[in-house]
Amino acid sequence: MKSEPLSLNYRPVEQPFFTKTGWTVVAVLALVALVIVPILYVAVPQEHPLHLSAYTVTLVGKILCYCIVACAMNLIWGYTGILSLGHGLFFALGGYAFGMYLMRQIGRDGQYQSDLPDFMVFLDWKEYPWHWAGTDSFLWALMLVVLVPGLLAFVFGFFAFRSRIKGVYFSIITQALTFAFMLLFFRNETGFGGNNGFTDFKRILGFDVTSPGMRATLFALSAAALLGAVVMTRYLERSKTGRVLRAIRDSESRLMFSGYNPLWYKLFIWTLSAVMCGIAGALYVPQVGIINPSEMSPANSIEIAVWVAVGGRGTLIGPLLGASTVNGAKSFFTQSFPEYWLFFLGLLFILVTLFMPKGIVGLVNRIMKRDQ
Amino acid sequence: MKPAHDEPLNPSGASSIGHVVTEAVDTSHGPILYLDDITVSFDGFKALNKLTLTVDEGELRCIIGPNGAGKTTMMDVITGKTRPDAGSAFFGQSIDLTRLTEAEIAHAGIGRKFQKPTVFENHTVFENLELAIKTDKRVWASLRARLGDEQLDRISETLRTIDLLEQADRAAGLLSHGQKQWLEIGMLLMQEPQLLLLDEPVAGMTDEETAKTAQLLKTLEGSCSIVVVEHDMEFIDEIASTVTVLHEGSVLAEGGMNEIKSDERVIEVYLGR
Repeated sequence: MKSEPLSLNYRPVEQPFFTKTGWTVVAVLALVALVIVPILYVAVPQEHPLHLSAYTVTLVGKILCYCIVACAMNLIWGYTGILSLGHGLFFALGGYAFGMYLMRQIGRDGQYQSDLPDFMVFLDWKEYPWHWAGTDSFLWALMLVVLVPGLLAFVFGFFAFRSRIKGVYFSIITQALTFAFMLLFFRNETGFGGNNGFTDFKRILGFDVTSPGMRATLFALSAAALLGAVVMTRYLERSKTGRVLRAIRDSESRLMFSGYNPLWYKLFIWTLSAVMCGIAGALYVPQVGIINPSEMSPANSIEIAVWVAVGGRGTLIGPLLGASTVNGAKSFFTQSFPEYWLFFLGLLFILVTLFMPKGIVGLVNRIMKRDQ
Repeated sequence: MKPAHDEPLNPSGASSIGHVVTEAVDTSHGPILYLDDITVSFDGFKALNKLTLTVDEGELRCIIGPNGAGKTTMMDVITGKTRPDAGSAFFGQSIDLTRLTEAEIAHAGIGRKFQKPTVFENHTVFENLELAIKTDKRVWASLRARLGDEQLDRISETLRTIDLLEQADRAAGLLSHGQKQWLEIGMLLMQEPQLLLLDEPVAGMTDEETAKTAQLLKTLEGSCSIVVVEHDMEFIDEIASTVTVLHEGSVLAEGGMNEIKSDERVIEVYLGR
């Protein structure tokens, strides 16, 4: 028995949004991404040792987009325990939605100097199909980036979650979904350029996509979107919704008998996650300059799950670490030993599953605890 | 992968995102729970066979019976997990349990404790109670939810009732078996239920913990109706006023403990073995 309890009533200790160190790290990274990198790339002359090459900026910009996807995956898998193996689809759909606008911006500068994109001329089409309507508008394109992945996820999720499809069944169905869409997009008749997809982009809002200014802008936007994703994840993590999501992961039936309907929670986080992927895809496509159906291949979606597993599921920064390290390794391997990359990826996944169930973050936590 | 509900179950016609049953439980005619002629069969096996049972408001009822008598299936029917093939199940006078989802039934005021203690193991004891507290449980409400002083006091009160005040900040997974059982009961109390269903609440408990649980249930008696499924006869002896014996899916006998103990049929199918 304790001699004198301070208070008879329990009051929980509130966790801060970010710790002081956390805020400092966020501020420094934001400064680097939004100010220093653009300056080093655009304003510092090429021969200067501090100059950043277009290659580096694009590579890091690409990885930032992957980090947003990893964040999205973490919301649905890490916190809610629903493993999606179809997140590549939402990423690709966001990319295609913005890609349509990019194709319209080519104007008459294509190979055939037609009002239509080259692949449509090639198919002998005379006008845009119905689903291209309005895509010359930048704002409509932005809305499509959010609406297409969001609506698809909402409708698919509603039926899947209402039928209480769970676990490995859900994973397999999402895998089949992205595969089906890949086959659909491979067809020329679908109207998205078949297996070549969209490429050879020229402009956004009239500005050259390959100009340093535009590259720096896209980079900064990707960084800002990622920052937004992290702040939102943290908000959710601290909110009661976050606790309900983790409760779905750990014991869904207890939650139902406590008076919650898991359907709407799952649908909310699933749709949000898909929309985040769509935004990431839209930022990715102008930076890499191409989008084609291979982005929807089942392997791509599995890779997303590997990033999150490597970094640490259900942690705030784990997915970012995972996406960066795996993709950093990928750039290195595919340049130096292209034939070994997939072996390495497979090995990495096995090792992480066996020895680091909580990923990099879990490993670091364990080492820090041992030192104390 | 069996779809549990093919059509949206929403008799009130309110937005299906809501799932908040606002209707109060009408117990003006006495009983809080009516089960009438309930039949449930799984692949031809009748788990419940024309089961008829009523529980009065404020009553503490014990249900016993051999394995396979249909005790857990009965709980499943009451909480919406299983739909009966025939018969009706009413909560109070007007709430038709066969038409509501699990979440709606929980909202209406029925709390259920599982056979195996089921708590959120990675959440703290406090968070477990916070999740259970009676409030608007829709997504948008949860996004902005903050606990008021009154709610915090209620949680503290429950923490004291189940004797887990000292453990409030610990992960529920670290609790002992008995403490988990109490936490689960505490979570049910946070829902302010009118009917508590407890499936083997003292299974796996030490004698001391069993006694403590009996005491806990006695303090709750009167504030809500309680239905307990148990095998531990000593425990039942200690808490029960009325005992119902189930056998092969229907009621075999009902009455006071002494009456039941001397009933020939009960001795044959259950007690004698």
